[in-house]
Amino acid sequence: MKVIPGEKPTLLQTKVSRRKLLGGAAAAAVVLAEAPFASAVQAAVTQAELTDPTKIPGVPPGQVGTRSAFEKLVKKPSDISSRTPLQDLFGTITPSDLHFERNHNGVPAIDPAKHELVIHGMVEKSLVLTLADLKRFPSVSRICFLECSGNFRSGSEKLSPQDICGLTSQSEWTGVMLSTIFRQVGVNPKATWFLAEGSDAAVMTRSIPIQKGWDDAMIVYAQNGEAIRPEQGYPFRLFLPGYEGNMSIKWLRRIELSDAPYMTREETSKYTEPVKDGKIRYFSFDIDARSIITFPAYPAQVQKGWIEIRGIAWSGRGKVQQVEISTDAGKSWNPAQLSGPVLDKAHTGFRYLWQWDGRETEIQSRVTDETGYQQPTYKALAAARGSKGGYHFNPITGWVLKPDGRVLLRNG
Amino acid sequence: MNAVFKITLSILILGWASGFGSFSKPSSGGVFTSDTIFNFGRLATPADIQRWDIDIRPDGKGLPKGSGTAQKGKSIFAQKCAACHGVTGVEGPNDRLVSTDSSQGKAIGNYWPYATTVFDYIRRAMPFNQPGTLTDEEVYSLTAFLLEANRVIKPGTELNAQTLPAVQMPALKRYILDDRRGGPIIR
Ligand code: HEC
Repeated sequence: MKVIPGEKPTLLQTKVSRRKLLGGAAAAAVVLAEAPFASAVQAAVTQAELTDPTKIPGVPPGQVGTRSAFEKLVKKPSDISSRTPLQDLFGTITPSDLHFERNHNGVPAIDPAKHELVIHGMVEKSLVLTLADLKRFPSVSRICFLECSGNFRSGSEKLSPQDICGLTSQSEWTGVMLSTIFRQVGVNPKATWFLAEGSDAAVMTRSIPIQKGWDDAMIVYAQNGEAIRPEQGYPFRLFLPGYEGNMSIKWLRRIELSDAPYMTREETSKYTEPVKDGKIRYFSFDIDARSIITFPAYPAQVQKGWIEIRGIAWSGRGKVQQVEISTDAGKSWNPAQLSGPVLDKAHTGFRYLWQWDGRETEIQSRVTDETGYQQPTYKALAAARGSKGGYHFNPITGWVLKPDGRVLLRNG
Repeated sequence: MNAVFKITLSILILGWASGFGSFSKPSSGGVFTSDTIFNFGRLATPADIQRWDIDIRPDGKGLPKGSGTAQKGKSIFAQKCAACHGVTGVEGPNDRLVSTDSSQGKAIGNYWPYATTVFDYIRRAMPFNQPGTLTDEEVYSLTAFLLEANRVIKPGTELNAQTLPAVQMPALKRYILDDRRGGPIIR
């Protein structure tokens, strides 16, 4: 097989020898599968896929499922985080292995049989709970987004939804309500905060208002039907619906009830926003409502005619009430359809059918949540904050459709 | 302690440990009532708590015995920190730790609101490649070195559980609580 540099290889640029074919379906041949707009990647494709699939028995059932070798779904890692490929996903559940990652000193290896959670401080009785203990409590499952508050990028027209805002993902989380645990330990009524601490090399800590613990906080041990992944806090993590991701402490090892916050590094030096007049805003827990069009978006290539504009919208303060679409750079707006069910503090799908005439234009989406908060333009947000980015930066995203079908990010 | 009380106590403890004891109303219809006590897990011993209870509050709660000075901190910093933060805490390649005015990026001197956080963070998370290896004395000295370099404390100040929480950080006055609660306003 020969690939000429600079030339796009086709999927079946290789001839599979008759002998290999006779070797059986389980034997794998290697072909070049082309990922859209990426350089050609080598992927193992079974022989069944190289010929008429109705003329050869397929691969027998296996222990775990596999993604088609024709699908190239990858997170985008940096030293400190890894981003969900929002533009490649459908619906609102993020496959667990594509859930974004942000950690402060790597993913720890934890043996669940040796891992313990200590709950102490302003309680009647301090407890030690293991994963097995947590699983015995009444369980709750809930679909929620989780977003890092540092989820904003700009600066190039060649940025994808993954680049701009890939630090948000959604899962069905299963675990025990923290309020159930609070009742076991008997929280002192004078306690107003609790500290959550992780068992990673950053020994991550955050202070959380006690009311969140009573309202809807959970300790979760499962994600999308299976144990949560090491990257997500295995064997269990705190989960705070609607709050900035950093507070949902992973690899949870300790909860301490207190009558004051701790002012940890992660709630002072980091995860605070410089705002107007030289002020620094702290304890900004709620994720502000945001939406993004994930199709069409860079690096998609589109054709004139019918286009279903699709995306996701969410708010840390409740439900998405409305998503509007503009196909004229924000001059006029029309309601998009929400793909139900519309859940509290959850990514909500939206779609808007539109006929593109092929002339250059810019499409945008904006969400309004149930508190009446409407996602601002970049200009309005930058002016209100006196900054051009930073934590909790959630402006409207605009995509420019070029007459040749390219879709590029509009910056500013 | 009388015998009856002793027996009751041991039944209670045993009950807790084995998860048998039920001190709460039985729940009905397969639904648990919010005040159900399950007796899962075990009671924490002082040792269970002590091994991990390393947090420090701005009021000094949690600070250990010991003390340190910038003079001692300087050589520890050169040895254990400078490779990543620069000899004077400015050069990097990792986070800048020293900054005396707001035009120089975010660092301890111009952005951190509490001095206790410096101690807490260094002790739990640094050095990045060997976290949790510093002694309390070393952490006091490194904290003193960094606070002095940021011109927050006077040269020669000894830091300990009493003096550290009393250190006033220049950035504290800039901190404002997030009071946004949704609604149409953009802030
Ligand atoms: C191997 C490199 C490395 C070494 C050695 C190291 N650090 Fe760090 N330090 C880092 C990194 C990386 C971060 C940022 C971590 C993060 O953001 O989660 C950091 C962050 C910090 C911060 C917080 C900075 C801020 O603005 O929030 C302090 C304070 C600090 N280090 C102090 C020290 C001290 C004191 C030592 C020596 C005992 C030390 N570091 C040794 C890499 C290092």
